[in-house]
Amino acid sequence: MDPVPVKSSSKSQVLAFPEAETTPLSRSTLTRTHKQLLDDLGRDRLVEMYRKMVEIRSFEQRAEQMYQQRKIGGYLHLYMGQEAVAVGLLAALRPDDYVATSYRDHGIALALGIRAELLMAELFGRATGVSGGKGGSMHFFSKEKNLLGGHGIVGGQIPIGLGAAFRAQYMETDQISLTLLGDGAMNQSVFHESMNMAALWSLPVIYVVENNQYGMGTSVERSTSVKNLAMRASAYGMEGVQIDGMNLLECYRTMHEAVKKRRESPSPMLIEVKTYRYRGHSISDPGQYRSKEEIARYRKIDPITQVRRLLEELDWLGEADAKALDKAVRDEIMEAVKFAEESPEPELAARDRDVYAP
Amino acid sequence: MPSITYREALNQAMVEEMERDPTVFLIGEEVAEYNGPYKVSQGMLERFGPRRVVDTPISEASFTGLAIGAAMTGLRPIVEFMSFNFSLMAFDQIFSNAAKMLYMSGGQFPVPMVMRGPGGPGSQVSSQHSNCLESLFANVPGLKVVMPATGYDAKGLLKSAIRDNNPVIFIENELLYGLSCDVPEEEYTLPIGVGEIKAAGSDVTLLAYSRMLLLAAEARGELEQDGISVEIVDPRTIKPLDLELIAKSIRKTHRMVIVEEGNRFGGVGAEIADQVYRACFDELDAPIERVTQKENPLPYAKAIEAASLPSVPEIVAAVKTVCYHN
Repeated sequence: MDPVPVKSSSKSQVLAFPEAETTPLSRSTLTRTHKQLLDDLGRDRLVEMYRKMVEIRSFEQRAEQMYQQRKIGGYLHLYMGQEAVAVGLLAALRPDDYVATSYRDHGIALALGIRAELLMAELFGRATGVSGGKGGSMHFFSKEKNLLGGHGIVGGQIPIGLGAAFRAQYMETDQISLTLLGDGAMNQSVFHESMNMAALWSLPVIYVVENNQYGMGTSVERSTSVKNLAMRASAYGMEGVQIDGMNLLECYRTMHEAVKKRRESPSPMLIEVKTYRYRGHSISDPGQYRSKEEIARYRKIDPITQVRRLLEELDWLGEADAKALDKAVRDEIMEAVKFAEESPEPELAARDRDVYAP
Repeated sequence: MPSITYREALNQAMVEEMERDPTVFLIGEEVAEYNGPYKVSQGMLERFGPRRVVDTPISEASFTGLAIGAAMTGLRPIVEFMSFNFSLMAFDQIFSNAAKMLYMSGGQFPVPMVMRGPGGPGSQVSSQHSNCLESLFANVPGLKVVMPATGYDAKGLLKSAIRDNNPVIFIENELLYGLSCDVPEEEYTLPIGVGEIKAAGSDVTLLAYSRMLLLAAEARGELEQDGISVEIVDPRTIKPLDLELIAKSIRKTHRMVIVEEGNRFGGVGAEIADQVYRACFDELDAPIERVTQKENPLPYAKAIEAASLPSVPEIVAAVKTVCYHN
């Protein structure tokens, strides 16, 4: 089942929504803008971005396995398929910018540069975890990286990110607040309230809707009155765009331009990123509301494969080097698992700690 | 010592703290240009400008969430709810975010903010505008709940609440805003979590807070004529609760009546009674009596509204019950 009935004439369309075009990355089809972008980025940064995407994929695969081995409890919302979004967006931010996101937060945390071992330890509920073992999969926080959480209530982070933007305006800094949400969160009241206030007060918040096309098992078509979610920006007098979230360069380019503009003159923006999650909503969701064909279509435009192919075409990373890189990352993730397994659980006294601040 | 109203005392607390600390700001509906729905923020826009006294759209959930985000990133917001009834729109932000952020972030993100405004029944405003929500807030670990009854307490406690590094629910009362008391001109604060004996007595401990203290004082006068000496204990803070002060009073009187304006089931009085039973079971000469709102939504019509709320005769009767006084 497609998220939107595809007309017979557009069967070749890869994305079900016709608004965002998909052109998988290839040297021959690069736009002038993307060529320029590649020149600016250079080999090392693109390889680093590729590495980060592989790290996220590898982390999630291992987390899934550890969950199946019952080493991880609670909920587990995996990011596989959405790697270009986290890596592309966050590569355009400064370390002092703020980031808030939903419970699907592993990819964002890794893209922010939080060490995999701290995240794996959090999944394992260990004292060494990024939130001291008290948050778990849905609640990654990092004061050091300005990660204002992983939030478990759909849309709960939307006004939190607004508050970080309010602070930037209040303190007269040029910091940006990147606030991510899923397509399902767009129908929560706080989304509309916060969009209104963001535009009303010209706050430097960039709302990014990671439209992976399903809020749990309910497709966007069955939950949302418009197909093009970015259109909702216009209701609040705000700039909005829809982009291809399987394409790393598109994610980076859009965010880079959005951030640049807002450093000079603060205003909010809504970016709808068309993406796809390979797994169900959470680990307990087999995702039977989607067809194998649909998943296969997205696998064909896999965000990591796209970058890998481009790197090869550019002679920036050969096949052997790419394989070596993949293996090195997998080994690192195994080290992270080892770190988590060997870390202590929080001591009992931690139960009563941090209920109140001194 | 000048006599000022409860509303003026709150205003002074906010103004002084904003003068002292540039990260403190006030945000809410009608707080700036309208000078506050109940004029608590009178003159603050003129003094501090629109950057620090912020009028919002009618979006309680999001301006509360905004304040939480601002608090996480280093500011100290004061959120004004036009009425605590409207805080219900923001309950997810208060419960899921403000109360739990510090804990679930492993201590990384404190949320230093105050959420204040009038709570409790007004006068004939019917069911939706008459909630007493303190028992709900107090049930959530991570929140502090303060409910001052006098201008003096309000000022000292609000200043402490603004300086506190936690989310503080600060529930005022519309019917107290116009009442005056002496408030010193010099700087002072009152610690959160410390109650006060509002009137000393020896026969029975009468615990009341916020507007219920007015009824308690009236009941005390009547009971005095019957030869019953009532000690009035005002916890001032619901959470953390000053059990030590309450227990000390009970060790003197051996009897207790708890008055609360909210509903009975799961009320603040139920928690206090439980704590007292566990701390001073052997000291009690009678079961604790509770005087509460009845278990119906508050109606508009004057007579049945009054019959729904705690009254002086009910308090007098409850005190006589615990004193076995015929």
